[in-house]
Amino acid sequence: MKFTLSWLKDHLDTSATVDEISAKLTAAGLEVENVENPGAGLEDFIVAHIAEAKQHPNADRLRLCTVETGTETLQVVCGAPNARAGLKVVLARPGVTIPATGDVLKKGSIRGVESQGMLCSLGELKLPGNSDGIIELPTDAPVGVPVTQVLALDPVIEINLTPNRVDALGVRGIARDLAAAGLGKLKPMKDAAVPGTFDSPRKIKMRLSGDAKLCPQFVGRAIRGVKNAESPTWLKDRLTAVGLRPVSAIVDITQYLTIDLGRPLHAFDDAKLTGDVGPRLAVPGETVAALNGKTYALDPTMVVIADDGAALGIGGIMGGEPSSVTEGTASVFLESALFAPLTIAATGRKLMINSDARYAFERGVDPQSAVPGAEIATRMILELCGGEASHLVFGGEAPDTTRTIAFNPARVKSLGGVALPAGDIKSILERLGFAVAGSGDAWQVTPPSWRADVEGWQDLVEEVLRIHGYDNIPPVPLPRAPMPKVALSPQQRMLAFTRRSLAMRGLNETTTWSFLPGKQADLFRGDLPQVSLANPISADLDVLRPSLIPNLAAAAGRNAARGMADCALFEMGPRFEGTKPGQQVMIAATLRSGSTSARHWAGTRRLVDALDAKADALAALEAAGAAISGLQAAAGPAGGTPGWYHPGRSGVLKLGNQVLAAFGELHPGVLTALDVKGPMVACEVFLERIPQPKKKAGTARPLLKASPFQPVERDFAFVVDSGVTAESLLRAVRGAERDLISDVGLFDVYEGPHLGEGKKSLAVAVTLQPKDATLTDEQIEGVSKKIVAAVEKACGGRLRA
Amino acid sequence: MTDNIDQLRAELLAAVTGASDAPALEEVRVTALGKKGRITGLMKDLGAMAPEQRKAFGQQLNVLKDEIAAALDVRKRHFDSAALDARLASESMDVTLPVRPEARGTLHPISQTMDEVAAIFGQMGFEVADGPDIEDDFHNFTALNFPPGHPAREMHDTFFLPQAEDGQRYLLRTHTSPVQIRTMMTQKPPIRVIIPGRTYRCDYDMTHTPMFHQVELLVIDTETNMSHLRGCLQEFVRTYFGVDDLTTRFRPSFFPFTEPSAEMDIGCSRKNGELKIGNYGDWLEILGCGMVHPNVLKACGLDPEVYQGFAAGMGIERIAMLKYGIPDLRTFFESDLRWLRHYGFAALDIPSVTGGLTR
Repeated sequence: MKFTLSWLKDHLDTSATVDEISAKLTAAGLEVENVENPGAGLEDFIVAHIAEAKQHPNADRLRLCTVETGTETLQVVCGAPNARAGLKVVLARPGVTIPATGDVLKKGSIRGVESQGMLCSLGELKLPGNSDGIIELPTDAPVGVPVTQVLALDPVIEINLTPNRVDALGVRGIARDLAAAGLGKLKPMKDAAVPGTFDSPRKIKMRLSGDAKLCPQFVGRAIRGVKNAESPTWLKDRLTAVGLRPVSAIVDITQYLTIDLGRPLHAFDDAKLTGDVGPRLAVPGETVAALNGKTYALDPTMVVIADDGAALGIGGIMGGEPSSVTEGTASVFLESALFAPLTIAATGRKLMINSDARYAFERGVDPQSAVPGAEIATRMILELCGGEASHLVFGGEAPDTTRTIAFNPARVKSLGGVALPAGDIKSILERLGFAVAGSGDAWQVTPPSWRADVEGWQDLVEEVLRIHGYDNIPPVPLPRAPMPKVALSPQQRMLAFTRRSLAMRGLNETTTWSFLPGKQADLFRGDLPQVSLANPISADLDVLRPSLIPNLAAAAGRNAARGMADCALFEMGPRFEGTKPGQQVMIAATLRSGSTSARHWAGTRRLVDALDAKADALAALEAAGAAISGLQAAAGPAGGTPGWYHPGRSGVLKLGNQVLAAFGELHPGVLTALDVKGPMVACEVFLERIPQPKKKAGTARPLLKASPFQPVERDFAFVVDSGVTAESLLRAVRGAERDLISDVGLFDVYEGPHLGEGKKSLAVAVTLQPKDATLTDEQIEGVSKKIVAAVEKACGGRLRA
Repeated sequence: MTDNIDQLRAELLAAVTGASDAPALEEVRVTALGKKGRITGLMKDLGAMAPEQRKAFGQQLNVLKDEIAAALDVRKRHFDSAALDARLASESMDVTLPVRPEARGTLHPISQTMDEVAAIFGQMGFEVADGPDIEDDFHNFTALNFPPGHPAREMHDTFFLPQAEDGQRYLLRTHTSPVQIRTMMTQKPPIRVIIPGRTYRCDYDMTHTPMFHQVELLVIDTETNMSHLRGCLQEFVRTYFGVDDLTTRFRPSFFPFTEPSAEMDIGCSRKNGELKIGNYGDWLEILGCGMVHPNVLKACGLDPEVYQGFAAGMGIERIAMLKYGIPDLRTFFESDLRWLRHYGFAALDIPSVTGGLTR
């Protein structure tokens, strides 16, 4: 919403400056977005008079002017063709800054003649208009005064209107708020009825029948004998200042009143109408050639304004070209109607038309404004275009929106936090146009017709606070218990701990989109349904992610393209398993690419492998509270590993039948499809599947039972078939004598020709921890035998010779 | 006898002093104190002596033995120390070598900022709540007093899912506010929650990304009013930005789900194109807030004549950008390693109001 200061002053009697007005508007909730003040920086330019202008002795194109300021007489060299004696001009004296260049003007000599100032053009003052020569001020301009008092410098104020404040869509409403806030006095409205001199030959025909509420009121009037010429300068200037294009006087008047009062109107060329006029629903297939040059196909949910022949315009949104006024228009038919917000919003959205009328009607134009709007428009037309007006013709009637809100003024304190005397509260409401009755804690407040947004007493509190000033709300700390409680749930603490644990492992946390290209999603979907968006932002962000891995892989790929092939990324966030609320699960995913480190003198660099991903998975699981020792690993697709992993270098970690995590090298085919280079290893941990410990009775940990007896370590090397997994062997060893075996470590894996085809050697270090007495050789021997027997039974392994 | 002992002492001490290295010294020790050593030999002879003589001679021998042992010890320590010096002289490494590589992980600024926000509001008695990214129309709009067809809905640029078989048109939540509804429908007042999370709007340019993060505040009880709202938020911004006397400005605004509604600005400076938070006379909009709208309370089964409270919401990325001087919103989602390492936070940098919010 844009308006100019002089326009505002048509409605508001105030001496406030633009800055004061801006501050007050923002404070009252009409946030000022921008102020263009063309007079800013022109305070030191003064009106001067050219007493004499003669040829410069050394230059054909320059004039030597004797300029009078009332207090001094200066000699100024000027190159403008229109510099001549008798002219009132804008003078810049040495020391002032020229807006167009930003330079400070200096006394100088031009072609050997001293120049004691400069006569300015509009362009040099950064003002709009013709800059071919210097400014020619009115001949009656007083010499010596600042030019800001003489030039029509009208500051333009732009406010960012919140959608509830349709009343402030008009300059009048803005003036009303400022007056209520104490920044002047609201001038009376000139909306007296214009007496008609004849009966309108055209009547209003309301053809909506059952849908009458879509356009409850339609007021019209014929005005004949008009001359639709160019608008006067003041009107054109105002429209131009707020970004509108002047067309012709009648069109400009309707444009003007939309801004002035927030009251959209329409004028038809009466000669182009047939029979009666009024609203009806569009018929299927009907089209309207609108004023914006486009033709719209309408459907029967839309309201059109029609005569007896055809649809003339899209009701409340845009008029039609064939019935529009032109310079030749001699009589007009004026429309001032009211439309239901929802139908305007729906129609505007469907047709994708943004007009000032739509904006106003879909937010709710003052339902009582149709008649005064018609009268004010009529008066302007008669003033600017001549002619005579008919009596008003009516269709339907303004809906009665009168309502009374029960209001206890103490609510201003109890909800708004501001202690304000009842008298002040009443006065603010009345200045805004509310009627206040009742007393004590039982007021009855009637909002004015233009405030459809005010529904309950809470709205009244806001009105009072707004005008009193939100900055007068005293900040009071939120009362609280002396000792805060824990803000996070156990689940949230688990997530936070897991996140920081992964970062401790050298992984960089990232945040990627919840969306990804559908093609990539398909590679990582498994059995999950595709969750696509109906209106994606772009074709490659069209599906909600079924896995976090593809986005991480793409991120690693982008980093590799920047020369950083070694990535260690993680993300914790949702994967989507369905289209409904709640069909999402929290995943911790890691992805490593390239090598474990940069090249290094110590030679510790190697390519990442599936066990790096397994380590990440185990770390996340442990941080998230899983009992690691109870997990089983299962390898490859046979073990239930998803298909986007390398079938021979991947696995899952399970608790019973529940898969808690999957890990491994990403499938080379998948990497190719993602257009990234491998190897990449990744893991996905299903954090919500991890059983969380039951709430403990206390914080005490089980007592530490540290044995006083020396542990004994024995090494065993077993030869087993190549297919035997390390985990099965380790499990067999651990299970051989649970009471004594405290730890089993795998310290060597070896395959070689002398072991035989299809064989490998696994060497373990077994720690025996006695609890009651030092182990005897016989006991150690006994355990050793049990271990060998257990491995033989479980894995078919034999002790390596 | 005494002369013999004195002579022996002189000989042995000379031998100790004369030993050139540790093996030679060991030889001297064997010669003197070994099983067949000279002192040992004399000791053995004691048995054959008369008692008085034995006593006197034995005492002298013991003194000699101790004396020689001490001399051997001193000499041995000299050799040990010399040997260690020699070893150390031969053992050296270039300690200016770079250490073996260790990867340093980081937390994303969004996570860190959420933790900071939770730390501050946790101090004021708030708990953290969360809700789903996919929402229904009721929780995202209707219950929040966006009437069907209202233009305010359009301002949200909503991502929709295709119409579901149950006839619903599910959507990606456009704000964290639906969790207000979920909280009020499942918890009895008094309520104090903050709701951080992912949010989505169909908008992508310099200052908008289709996914971003918000944190929502909700307080419901019977007393909390706009003074508390302002006080609570003022405490927050002062603590979060670490400016103890940071000025705030409250302006009227409009949100369908609050009444009265406000926007809060904080003091700043934009001098020379550089944004600084502080009391420099200029203002920066930071968040939207207001008293929970009676229609919202009603939608959640709470009587607006009894219960009241406030809600507020702000952008996580926005406050992170302001605090940490991150210039471009879009970079939050690019996973550029250089960015993650530069703007990321150390794993152990856990924000706490009492332990320090910002390192």
